[in-house]
Amino acid sequence: MENIVTVKNLVKKFGDFTAVDGASFSVKRGKIFGFLGPNGAGKTTIIRILTTLLKRTSGDVLIDGKDPQADANEVRRSFGIVFQDASLDDELTAKENMEFHGVLFKVPKKIRQERIEQLLKYVELWDRKNDLVKNFSGGMKRRLEIARGILHHPKIFFLDEPTLGLDPQTRNHIWSYIKKLNQKEGITVFFTTHYMEEASRVADEIAIIDHGKIIQQGTAEELKKITKSDSLEDAFLALTGKTLRDEDASTSDRMRERLRRFRH
Amino acid sequence: MIGSLGQPILFLVALGFGFGPIYQKAGGGSYIQFLAPGIIAMSVIFTAIFSGIEIIWDRKFGFLKETLVAPVSRLNIMIGRTLGGATVATIQGIIVFGLATIVGFRPMSLILLIPAFFFIFLIALLFTALGTAIASVLEDMQGFQLIMNFLVMPLFFLSGALFPLAGLPSGIKIISYLDPLSYGVDGLRGTLVGGSYFSLGLDFLILGALTLMLLMLGSFLFSRIEA
Repeated sequence: MENIVTVKNLVKKFGDFTAVDGASFSVKRGKIFGFLGPNGAGKTTIIRILTTLLKRTSGDVLIDGKDPQADANEVRRSFGIVFQDASLDDELTAKENMEFHGVLFKVPKKIRQERIEQLLKYVELWDRKNDLVKNFSGGMKRRLEIARGILHHPKIFFLDEPTLGLDPQTRNHIWSYIKKLNQKEGITVFFTTHYMEEASRVADEIAIIDHGKIIQQGTAEELKKITKSDSLEDAFLALTGKTLRDEDASTSDRMRERLRRFRH
Repeated sequence: MIGSLGQPILFLVALGFGFGPIYQKAGGGSYIQFLAPGIIAMSVIFTAIFSGIEIIWDRKFGFLKETLVAPVSRLNIMIGRTLGGATVATIQGIIVFGLATIVGFRPMSLILLIPAFFFIFLIALLFTALGTAIASVLEDMQGFQLIMNFLVMPLFFLSGALFPLAGLPSGIKIISYLDPLSYGVDGLRGTLVGGSYFSLGLDFLILGALTLMLLMLGSFLFSRIEA
């Protein structure tokens, strides 16, 4: 089918609070799709619903033709994901993290070995394969997570703020890995970011979400034309307004802050 | 691991030699012999609960997310985690056992070390499952402090780990009867030094049944985790 992700009238309520309010969008197979929105817009909630981590209140969701709630394990086999917060095991080596993923995703042993070598070389971490991940920099961890995320050859790759907090060289490298994957293997890429010029450079299509609804979907050029803006960032601000989105710190924000303090 | 050995050893040495003379005078025999099984249990339960609670952290910042998007059943993940945590806690208990022999503790029979080992493992399993069940519903590490002070500490102190259950005022005795750890400590003490309060069979049965129930509760709550 042409659309690898279809979302129709997705609703998610947390008690009285409606995080996602009837969002509808679709992602074409083989494209790079950017999912942009202000804080609290519902981006992370939607990604969690698409990736089987959260149950929706109502609406239809299909990932590669399957419902993430009804066919969770099937859907999990079809996607790979790099989370915003690292999900590696710090006490294992790079290679061991890859092995673990291969075992969890039931990649047969011989294929697993070949792919681990191929992928670690691809993200230029093969010579660090026996080093413990806790000694890796943020950029190295992100590269490892990319290699790990596609080990089981998924059809779609979810990336939640993949270049957050990284230096320009690493950011450049990461996008070139991802674009090459998309061009050569035809993997669909679904990412979120706050870096507008990155989105404008790499995305084939962009959807902008605010207050739990999709406000606008189109190419970066189309969005600029509609809002008569010179840059994607201006188009974004035109569509979502310039007021600050103050949120209360969630428990994860608080924990993240504690982690940051602990690390320094 | 080394850091967490400090507290049990401290308890053993300070309380053991401190209360030793009075206990002996009161007709209880060697306090070190009585105390050591309780201290072994102590190191086991603290390690076990903590490994279960680690889930709270792991859920957001760690490896757990990776397992939640894998095509693996939640039950499998939970069993794996619980067995892993219980293994670490058991090893901790064995190390404390070794250290206790250095300060003069002597198990009464080598053969009975085998059922003793099973009691250690069962206690570890029960408390890891408990930790996992609690962690599956907590969102924040703050709740962990509360759990330690209002659940784990009372369970430990009222389990007969530090003092005999015989002759206690009935109020405390009733609570001790309700405390699952009492049966674990009693079983461990019975196999290591003899003189168990309940029968070994009863200890094993109650411990086993409670562990099973907690494992089921833990896996149910764990399967409902949404990252």
